Amino acid sequence: MTNKILPIVFGAALGVAATAASAATLDDVKAKGFVQCGSNTGLAGFAAPDDKGEWTGIDVDVCRAIAAAIFDDPKAVKFTPLTAKERFTALQTGEVDVLVRNTTWTMSRDTTLGLNFAGVNYYDGQGFMVRKSLDVTSALELSGASVCVQTGTTTELNLTDYFKANGMDYKPVVFEKLEEVNAAYDANRCDVYTTDASGLYSIRLQLTNPGDHMVLPEIISKEPLGPVVRQGDDQWFNLVRWTLFAMINAEEMGVTMANVEEMKGSDNPNVKRLLGVDGKFGEAIGLSNDWAARIIKHVGNYGEVFDRNVGPNTPLGIARGVNALWSKGGLQYAPPIR
Amino acid sequence: MNPVSSARSEGAGNGARASWFYNPQVRGAVFQVLVVLALLGVLAFFAYNAKTNLERAGIASGLGFLSERAGFDISQSLIAYTNDSSYFRAFWVGLTNTLLVALIGVFFATIIGFVVGVARLSHNFVIRQLAAVYVETLRNIPLLLQLLFWYKAVLSVLPSPRRSLEPLSGVYLNNRGLILPEVIREPGSSLTFYALIAAIAVAIGISRWARKRQQETGQQFPSFLVGLGLIIVLPLVTFLASGMPIHFEYAELKGFNFAGGVVVNPEFMALLLGLSLYTASFIAEIVRAGILAVAHGQTEAAYSLGLRPRRTLQLVIIPQAMRVIIPPLTSQYLNLIKNSSLAVAIGYPDLVAVFAGTVLNQTGQAVEVIIITMLVYLTISLITSSFMNWYNRRMALVER
Ligand SMILES: N[C@@H](CCC(=O)N[C@@H](CS)C(=O)NCC(=O)O)C(=O)O
Repeated sequence: MTNKILPIVFGAALGVAATAASAATLDDVKAKGFVQCGSNTGLAGFAAPDDKGEWTGIDVDVCRAIAAAIFDDPKAVKFTPLTAKERFTALQTGEVDVLVRNTTWTMSRDTTLGLNFAGVNYYDGQGFMVRKSLDVTSALELSGASVCVQTGTTTELNLTDYFKANGMDYKPVVFEKLEEVNAAYDANRCDVYTTDASGLYSIRLQLTNPGDHMVLPEIISKEPLGPVVRQGDDQWFNLVRWTLFAMINAEEMGVTMANVEEMKGSDNPNVKRLLGVDGKFGEAIGLSNDWAARIIKHVGNYGEVFDRNVGPNTPLGIARGVNALWSKGGLQYAPPIR
Repeated sequence: MNPVSSARSEGAGNGARASWFYNPQVRGAVFQVLVVLALLGVLAFFAYNAKTNLERAGIASGLGFLSERAGFDISQSLIAYTNDSSYFRAFWVGLTNTLLVALIGVFFATIIGFVVGVARLSHNFVIRQLAAVYVETLRNIPLLLQLLFWYKAVLSVLPSPRRSLEPLSGVYLNNRGLILPEVIREPGSSLTFYALIAAIAVAIGISRWARKRQQETGQQFPSFLVGLGLIIVLPLVTFLASGMPIHFEYAELKGFNFAGGVVVNPEFMALLLGLSLYTASFIAEIVRAGILAVAHGQTEAAYSLGLRPRRTLQLVIIPQAMRVIIPPLTSQYLNLIKNSSLAVAIGYPDLVAVFAGTVLNQTGQAVEVIIITMLVYLTISLITSSFMNWYNRRMALVER
């Protein structure tokens, strides 16, 4: 546990690590030849090793997109699995270059941790999961329940606020690791499991009998999840942010993994700028001008990434909902490349 | 010692040349002061450096966060705490939870350890082998695995709240914990408490008097039994005579769980079980070694003086064995205290889980939180070992 936290104490005291904020991350990354990406310890759909040991997921694909943009190789990434508690110190001390780990963008995290959120790759909200046998249909019937929750999350605080606001009691049972929370809930230690709704769908599949559990309809918070970088390195911040924007813009323009080469011949000036046929947008973030074309060729556009990892045809079966493009009634919206 | 007088006596041979500058004691003191100052300087530098580094990286620093509202709940607390309490209060909740499990753990580990240690030397083959298996198994499996095992075991044995066991009327056992009725004290109940204190004081007096008399006259007195009787009977009589001034408030099944009562969480049970059994396996070996270290001639000598086996163990073997046992026992106690920080794996809200876990994360002030946590463990360890050292000195050979 403390092995990832302790370095910050020595780092701060001895004055090495904390200065990493001003270092040029892109140069370091180019020099070592890969992106060190802070990820989840294993949350199917977001970041988890598959049966071949390859990391996959919607968060993983952001890391792969960054690697594709820099190295034209989506495999030039190394993943550091982090618990909720370890993640920010790992980024602060420079152990990872970027943190893409279903991390909620909040004001205190953005302003007091020396970190910056580069965007939102999944709009989420906190929910509750219960056993069907409890015969509960609404979160408002949960007074007196024991609730399993992971430490170091926004979840822990939202839970308190929600029960308090509704005049209900509860008993928190708090664990550090995801698998410990899962095991305790599975062993019936808690009546309720609470975390981001997307997480609940993923966790439900890991329980002994997924069919015995249901997610309640209430969503009690806003959880915009996105990639995080250290404060003070604007070039790297821009690179990460525009990697995400490129994927969203590509979906909007209909550029896909399959048609990206063909689209380079498109007459659409937006597409031309995106794919580097026109303009020097890549150079401005320290990359080659076909940076976005590389992302889409290797990883796909935002919609493809969503569908492949968490969409309706995956075990998670999550509908696009608020994560649809703005033009389709959702919230995903990227500033134009021009 | 007085440096001036010693300087004179040492300098006597060299005549007037002996100035304070050459006095080894003065020099020693000066160098010690210099070392301490240098150390403080280095620490101050680290602190200053840390602060500027954190500021430059845009990370919040300082101890101001301790007085802010915590905003989260804790499942078990010995002191009053709500989500409106401060982070500092949450720190105390974590610390008291650590101390609680450590103290009770030390108690049980010592008892089990002594029993198993003596059993390993038993003349009975079965008992001896059972004790050996206990020690070898528990000592050689990592504690974390044992904790997870006990937690799983506790949870899978216990039924759900709606099917609670009721071992005694009003006491419930289920996978939310052991639920006891709450004792509500009425006016007059403190009388029983005073009676208990008085009984303990008198018992101590009797045992002193008995020892003195035995030393002077050789006559024995069953001071232990008398004292024990006193400690039980006196408060009991007071309690009955004052009209039983307490009542119980029973927990009730309401919706998901029992409401009211005092709850001992399964996390606490599993942690206590794991820590006690694991540490006991080491203590058992220490006890065995301690007893074996007392030469057999001692027993024979005691027998030839006419002491019976029990008295021999009590008066000859144990006091000598204790000298060998106490120092390593101290390090086992320290291990238990530090190992209690594995609590976080099974959801027990100890100092590490609450403070170096939730508080660290919600405030993001890792540097401050980790340093405070380390200092707390250091302090607990130092207090424990100075207590044990004091006890050791008392038990050590008193040469006459
Ligand atoms: N979005 C929330 C919660 C994120 C979170 O840690 N969720 C848990 C449960 S879904 C998780 O991903 N755990 C996986 C792990 O610890 O590796 C936050 O940023 O605080």
